Amino acid sequence: MKKTATELCSLEQQDYILAHRKHHRFIRRMRIAVLLLFLILWEACANKQIIDSFFFSSPSRVASCFLDMVRDKSLFAHIGITLLETVVSFLLVTALSLLAATLLWYSRKLSEILEPYLVVLNSLPKSALAPLLIVWLGTGVKTIIIAGISVAIFGAVISLHTGFLQADPEKQMLIRTLGGKRKDVFCKVVLPASVPVILSNMKVNIGLALVGVIIGEFLAARQGLGYLIIYSSQVFQRLPLLIQTHILSTYLPRYL
Amino acid sequence: MTSDILKIENLFFAYHTLSGETQAIADLNFSVKKGEFLAIVGPSGCGKSTILSLIAGLLEPEAGGITFYGTDGKKPGIGYMLQRDQLFEWRNIWKNVTLGLEIQNKRTAPNLERVKKMLDAYGLTDFVSKRPSELSGGMRQRAALIRTLALEPEILLLDEPFSALDYQTRLTVSADIGRIIKAEKKTALLITHDLSEAVSLSDRVLVLTNRPAHVKTEFSIHLTRTDDSPLSARKAPEYSDYFNQIWEELSDEENSD
Ligand SMILES: Nc1ncnc2c1ncn2[C@@H]1O[C@H](COP(=O)(O)OP(=O)(O)OP(=O)(O)O)[C@@H](O)[C@H]1O
Ligand SMILES: [Mg+2]
Repeated sequence: MKKTATELCSLEQQDYILAHRKHHRFIRRMRIAVLLLFLILWEACANKQIIDSFFFSSPSRVASCFLDMVRDKSLFAHIGITLLETVVSFLLVTALSLLAATLLWYSRKLSEILEPYLVVLNSLPKSALAPLLIVWLGTGVKTIIIAGISVAIFGAVISLHTGFLQADPEKQMLIRTLGGKRKDVFCKVVLPASVPVILSNMKVNIGLALVGVIIGEFLAARQGLGYLIIYSSQVFQRLPLLIQTHILSTYLPRYL
Repeated sequence: MTSDILKIENLFFAYHTLSGETQAIADLNFSVKKGEFLAIVGPSGCGKSTILSLIAGLLEPEAGGITFYGTDGKKPGIGYMLQRDQLFEWRNIWKNVTLGLEIQNKRTAPNLERVKKMLDAYGLTDFVSKRPSELSGGMRQRAALIRTLALEPEILLLDEPFSALDYQTRLTVSADIGRIIKAEKKTALLITHDLSEAVSLSDRVLVLTNRPAHVKTEFSIHLTRTDDSPLSARKAPEYSDYFNQIWEELSDEENSD
């Protein structure tokens, strides 16, 4: 199929497509090269004792530690629990923020009354909230899920509500000319028109939920990646920490 | 003598904002006969759209009244066609034209059958599963009209429905839509800036004053035409007389600021 498609188009088009593919192949290779270069330099510096491998570790030590943790399966347990907590917070944030934004859209009075409070709650440093959560709710998975929710929820409500308000007033008027009520305006215009906003908001939420969960695990967990980071930094065993920074740094940008 | 379907008496309306009050309509009086095609022209911003919103019940009059004389004493159904077609891109054409029926829970078999017949009659059957963006401007406007007609309104309100179309399309679409409205025996109120459109489509033209709007003059249009094409209306011997008279009334009003 693909072959006949290229046969059908002109030579210039074929050239263009080839050049395009070549460009992308080059970019991909260079990205890998940058990573390799970094790892090699790091390993070399650690070897030649230019940096202290006790604090900075080295790729080979990270790899062996990683393999150890894979072998005794502890890594998967930690990843699994963090993933579960993140997914649960993410789903709750999505559902709750949709509900709250819908209520705010329905009642302009309510949204005007609550606006300053939402702004304040959203600008609160959430990591400062985590210790309080532990005092109130104790340690445990529930606390960590709530820490995940608390980081994402207020921003999510604000941006969804703003998105809802952007819906085309003329389209809303059309619904009214067809005899629709406010409920119809919401279901037929506001909600479908906000699908892109809802989706992009969900992408942000999953990243923020992860940040919240990690913060929660720093302080109140016996399991999970956040716990692993804190544990390894406390015993100055930096190796797991570095694996994690690596996992986080590949995981987060994909969703943000 | 046909009877009135709609009567507007001593109607007043003003918009209120914090920065002040805009009197949009003052002492407006006119009536519309059943089956009549009425065109309304007036200086821009004089309050034409406001009149339609008041008739449609989207706004409440401040004083005066609008009386409806529907069949068997009920309030007649009102269809409102906006300047832009406002078809929803997230729905296909079929879902768009049945939107009104969906909202009013009237998706009965006979209603849907009627919509299918209209789609067929106005050349849109092959496009029912397409998205609005895949249709030409004229087709979109016809789809918007079918969406309005699906609810079987007795009165149609048209607020510059052709102004977003290019001139060529506009001629054919306005003729098409004029024909459809006549065939469906609807009463229509058309707002337009295009005097030739007003003269060639309507039975009567109202010229409004500057804001606050009331009726300045009205013209009953009688054209000797060979067929119902827009060209034959424009070729009628009386056409240019009407056009010039309305033009003079309107420019006289626009210059009287
Ligand atoms: N929602 C509103 N709030 C305040 N003023 C308004 C509002 N809508 C319209 N107006 C004002 O009322 C006047 C009449 O508006 P309207 O839209 O009825 O005019 P129009 O004759 O339809 O104009 P156009 O020829 O531009 O379509 C205008 O001066 C306008 O500025
Ligand atoms: Mg207008």
